Amino acid sequence: MAKHIISARNLVKAFGTGEFAVRALDTVSLDIRPGEFFTLLGPSGCGKTTLLRLFAGFEMPSAGTILLDGEDVTVLPPNRRPINTVFQSYALFPHLTVAENVGFALKMQGKPRAEIEATVARMLALVRLEAMAGRKITQLSGGQQQRVALARALAPHPKVLLLDEPLSALDLKLRKEMQVELKRLQNETGITFIFVTHDQEEALTMSDRIAVMSAGKLQQVGTPKEIYTHPINRFVAAFIGETNFIEAVGETGGARLKTGDLIPVEGVLHGPVTVAIRPEQLRLVPPETEGAIAATVRDLVYFGTGTHCHMALADGTALTARLQSPASGEIGLALGESVGVLPTPGAAQLLRE
Amino acid sequence: MSEQRSFDVADLPGVGPTALLVFAGLYAPIVTLVVYSFNAAPSVATWDGFTFDWYLKAWHNSTVMNAAANSLIIATLAALFSTALATLAALGTTRRPAFFGITAIYAAINQPLMVPEIVTAVALLIVIAAIKAATGYAGLGYLVIAHTAFCIPFAYLPIRARLEGMDLTLETAAADLYASPWQSFRFVTLPQLTPGILAGWMLAFVTSLDDVVITEFIKSPGQDTLPTYMLGQLRRAMTPDINALSAALLGLTLVLLSGFFLLSRRKS
Ligand SMILES: Nc1ncnc2c1ncn2[C@@H]1O[C@H](COP(=O)(O)OP(=O)(O)OP(=O)(O)O)[C@@H](O)[C@H]1O
Ligand SMILES: [Mg+2]
Repeated sequence: MAKHIISARNLVKAFGTGEFAVRALDTVSLDIRPGEFFTLLGPSGCGKTTLLRLFAGFEMPSAGTILLDGEDVTVLPPNRRPINTVFQSYALFPHLTVAENVGFALKMQGKPRAEIEATVARMLALVRLEAMAGRKITQLSGGQQQRVALARALAPHPKVLLLDEPLSALDLKLRKEMQVELKRLQNETGITFIFVTHDQEEALTMSDRIAVMSAGKLQQVGTPKEIYTHPINRFVAAFIGETNFIEAVGETGGARLKTGDLIPVEGVLHGPVTVAIRPEQLRLVPPETEGAIAATVRDLVYFGTGTHCHMALADGTALTARLQSPASGEIGLALGESVGVLPTPGAAQLLRE
Repeated sequence: MSEQRSFDVADLPGVGPTALLVFAGLYAPIVTLVVYSFNAAPSVATWDGFTFDWYLKAWHNSTVMNAAANSLIIATLAALFSTALATLAALGTTRRPAFFGITAIYAAINQPLMVPEIVTAVALLIVIAAIKAATGYAGLGYLVIAHTAFCIPFAYLPIRARLEGMDLTLETAAADLYASPWQSFRFVTLPQLTPGILAGWMLAFVTSLDDVVITEFIKSPGQDTLPTYMLGQLRRAMTPDINALSAALLGLTLVLLSGFFLLSRRKS
């Protein structure tokens, strides 16, 4: 087996021509490892579906190549790629039963009947739908259809399973259940999953690695932790979780804010920079504390497990801190109060604009 | 808040009576025909009691039975061929992005609905006469081919409607699951298309069964269908067995059309 199960090399996909041309994908290069749970994350229209369709073979790239297990599959039609898809709309065959849907791929491959029946039974057990084998698709709930779609795509044991926002049609509770279910299925089958979502929380909890996309380009590829704690640019920092951005000038030892305060940062970056720091990495301290930045409380927003404290620095820059709810429930702050803000050492990131 | 009332055509004065009149005009003659096909008297002037005699008389008339057999053979074959061709045409016009000249192709497929039938009939007469002279073949084949041609648009419309309502991602899914293009058609497209194809076949069958003009022009001697036989009888004297034949044709058509409506309403 090759080191990478699937690789994109300088993939470009343009739709339309002339002044109406859209670059849905712009020079995307990506390597995905065998057995990985890999997530494509990005806002609507950034090209996630387009990339999956190129992997599946439903579209041809305008330029670039796709390698599957080391072999060039760029021009191979979808029915000859050992890659299966779980469609957002499920795309189950309404004229077939649950079992016939799950066995479809094996039947197309000309597998013997006994083998098809055994695999179908195994797949239905895997998604816990043994009792539904003879049902028509229209007699299933949304969550059950979802699991049939998974079983159908897993039955021929593909090298890669593509999932295009498979959970977006489910309600919150079912969604959480299916997230756990998907991880379990991936562990039990050992198949590489490429998962598309625009829900950053879903991406962070489920993935081994995440690729953040924007406007057809890859912004950053890394583990959830890397992407959350070390976003490489403002887009990634803003898209994953909440972040404060403060204009500053980089100098030896840290970043000098317009207010004159210095936020200590490891690694030197000279010239104009943006300091990115998460709300949970800010501590409120008495104003006279050594190293604290002076701020005024503007608004307090309670959200159950904590409170968002919106503040303004001396030059008017907005800053938000997330405070844990203390046992008493009172955080002891008042609007207009002067406070000191102390960033957790090492938590601030410097970004070049 | 005042409830908004939508404009209802039925509220206009005279709409009800007009509708009644139109329906009476449409159906009274048909009801009369059916009633008189059971009239014991040989004329419509009097009612002489109920009888099945005219149906029996037609049943025992070998010329009528011959014409009925011709009608059924031609309609069955023409419906079969035109449905097969219409299915291909519908696939060719819906399973691809719109291209330059697609409107011209729609027009070409639906040509029999637009060109006056008498023109087609004369044109076919000339061509077929030439072929007959050259080959010596004078069988029912000419009628089957001609009927096939003008039945295509009737078979095409329900099939195309069904195809356009079909979810294209199902075919994508089939390809994803290792189905070759042929397997994808055979195991996904065709089963979903079947109600449309059956509906198209029935519509084509009824259209062929009913044709007079083209058949009258191109049939060889002894190749009467039921409608052309009845037309021929009219030239002599109107007899009630024609009523019985018409009522029987009406019955067959109603059965097929009911089948058509049931099939075209069936959900995929
Ligand atoms: N067949 C097509 N023809 C023209 N433009 C297309 C086509 N498919 C996609 N696009 C364009 O390519 C871009 C990327 O689309 P894509 O469907 O990949 O986005 P996405 O990231 O999946 O978004 P979403 O989260 O809304 O599903 C969009 O600007 C879209 O309008
Ligand atoms: Mg999409």
